[in-house]
Order: sequence, then C-alpha cells, then structure tokens
Amino acid sequence: MRTATVALLLALAALPAAAVEPAEMLADPALEARAREISKGLRCVVCQNQSIDDSNAELAQAMRVLVRERLVAGDSDEAVVDYLVSRYGDFVLLKPRFQSTTLVLWLGPAVILTLAAAVAVAFYRRRTATTRQPPPPLSDEEQRRLRALLDDGSG
Amino acid sequence: MKRLIYVAPLAVFLVIAAFFYKGFDLNPRALPSMLTGQPVPPFDLPPIKGRGDKGFADTDLPGEVSLVNVFGSWCVACQVEHPFLMGLKERGLVPIHGIDWKETDPDAGPRWLKRFGDPYTLVGADPDSRAAIAFGVTGAPETFVVDRAGIVRYKHVGPIDAEDWEDTLWPVIRELRKE
Repeated sequence: MRTATVALLLALAALPAAAVEPAEMLADPALEARAREISKGLRCVVCQNQSIDDSNAELAQAMRVLVRERLVAGDSDEAVVDYLVSRYGDFVLLKPRFQSTTLVLWLGPAVILTLAAAVAVAFYRRRTATTRQPPPPLSDEEQRRLRALLDDGSG
Repeated sequence: MKRLIYVAPLAVFLVIAAFFYKGFDLNPRALPSMLTGQPVPPFDLPPIKGRGDKGFADTDLPGEVSLVNVFGSWCVACQVEHPFLMGLKERGLVPIHGIDWKETDPDAGPRWLKRFGDPYTLVGADPDSRAAIAFGVTGAPETFVVDRAGIVRYKHVGPIDAEDWEDTLWPVIRELRKE
C-alpha cells in the first residue's frame, strides 16, 4: 500500500509543471490567476511552441514579469495582450483571433466539410436512384438474340 | 463532365505543389516585425559600465539615420557579426547604437566590448528585456534601421554579413538619407 502511494506521488510529481517561479508570483491571488490565464495564451517567441507560462526561456520569464507588472498597474487583460501583439504581432497569440485575415483559418474546415458532405450526398443519391430503377424491358431484337443463345446452348 | 474527374486530382496536386514550392523560399522562423513603419518604442536604458556615457534612450534617435543593434556577451551569433560592425564603424558609414541585452553580470557586456572592440555610438543596458520586448526582439542579434524622424524602417534578424549589407541594409540607409 505504501509503495503504491509513493508510486502515485512520484507519478504526480512528473506532471508538467508551469515555469512560473515563486519570486515572480503576485501577492494578490486574483491578479496572479489572471496573469496565469493570460500567460497560457501567449507564445514564447524563442521556443515558438510553448506558452510563456510553460517556458523556462529568459525572454518568456521577462514577458511573464511584464504581464504581471501591467496587471498591477491596472491594465485590463485585453490591454496586456494588445501590448504584446503590438510588439510581436498576432504570432504571439497561441489561439488566433477571429478577424479578416484569419477567416479562412477559422471557417475553412467547416466550408470544406460542408462541400464534402454535399458531394457525398449527391453521389449516394444518384447511385441509389440508378440502382433502384428496374432495368428497361428487353426489346424484340434483344429477345430474339437471347432465345437464339439459349436454344444454341441446349442443342 | 466525366473527364473533369480525371483532371481534378492533377489540378488539386498542382495547387498544393505550388503552395509547397512557394514554401521553399519562406523562412518559418522569420517573424514579421510589427515595428516597421512605427516610431521607435519609448525606452530609457542606463549606461553600461566603463563607457562614461549617459546610456541610451529613444529620444537620442531622431536627427539622423542610424542602426540599433541588439547584442549580448552571451550571444555567439553576435560574436560572428561583431567584426562586420567594427568594419562599419571604421568606414564611418552610419552610427550604430547598441542595446546590451539580458546580461546577468553587469561587467560581462563591457568586458566583451573591451575584448572584441566597441563599434557603438551609444549603448544602453537592458538586463530585464524591457526594451527588447518593446522592440519585439526574439533573439540576438537583431538590427533596426531607424530614420531621421525616429521611425523604424527595417529590421534585420541574425548576424549582418557583407551580402546583407550590400543587398538590403546599405541601400535602405541610402534611400532614407535622400528623404
């Protein structure tokens, strides 16, 4: 039982920890929570696929400190994010904004899915329509050839 | 209509191939600068040790076309670039100002400049990346061309070599001097 507990604790300790250091944290838990939330949405521009909340890079740390300073100074969450966007561009946002330049990005998959669904529906409709129709009756000429073939086979 | 079905996969392939072909020339790590065309962000950096100047602030920039070079003694690529900047200083082509970025030891920057030479007109220390973030810097070295009005006109990422200088930076500077 004790071994299991220790194993569980070790496993939990191995979970990814945020890079925020105690010295960076704000005394006000509400502000700190906002800072964490903002940091999770901002890209570390050095490592590119981590948020600044996850990254140990010095620049990410400097950005975390900056986010906190701005919050303490009374900036809204949007103002903090907008400041960094004005410096680094939309690239620093891990989740792209919904705007004219990102329309294709956001709506593209839905448009393609709709188109594909429409094509699929049209395809299956046409197929069931053709398979359900009874074949046209044989013409006199065809009847005669059929009979000739059958007679030939028996003889 | 029937034939279209045979041509469609080829057409789709060609479109995708065209996109990927274009991708050969794109650098996925190159980030567009938000600052091009914008005034230099406000900053006021203290001097580094041993230069005896007053530091470096955005208000120093208007008046003449200049380069703002972000460097650090920890930065290997800056060492690669350094001889070229020294050469520019010797030729006296354009004033170069330095931002000594992210030094953990305040003596490291001055020591580095003493060892390899000091090409800078003004230098400011930016240990906590305040100015670097304001400039949208992602790594060192980065160099900004600032015009007479104090507006950033061009950003160069990475070490400047002779080719960059002849092909882009120097033409940009000459163009800006005519304005």
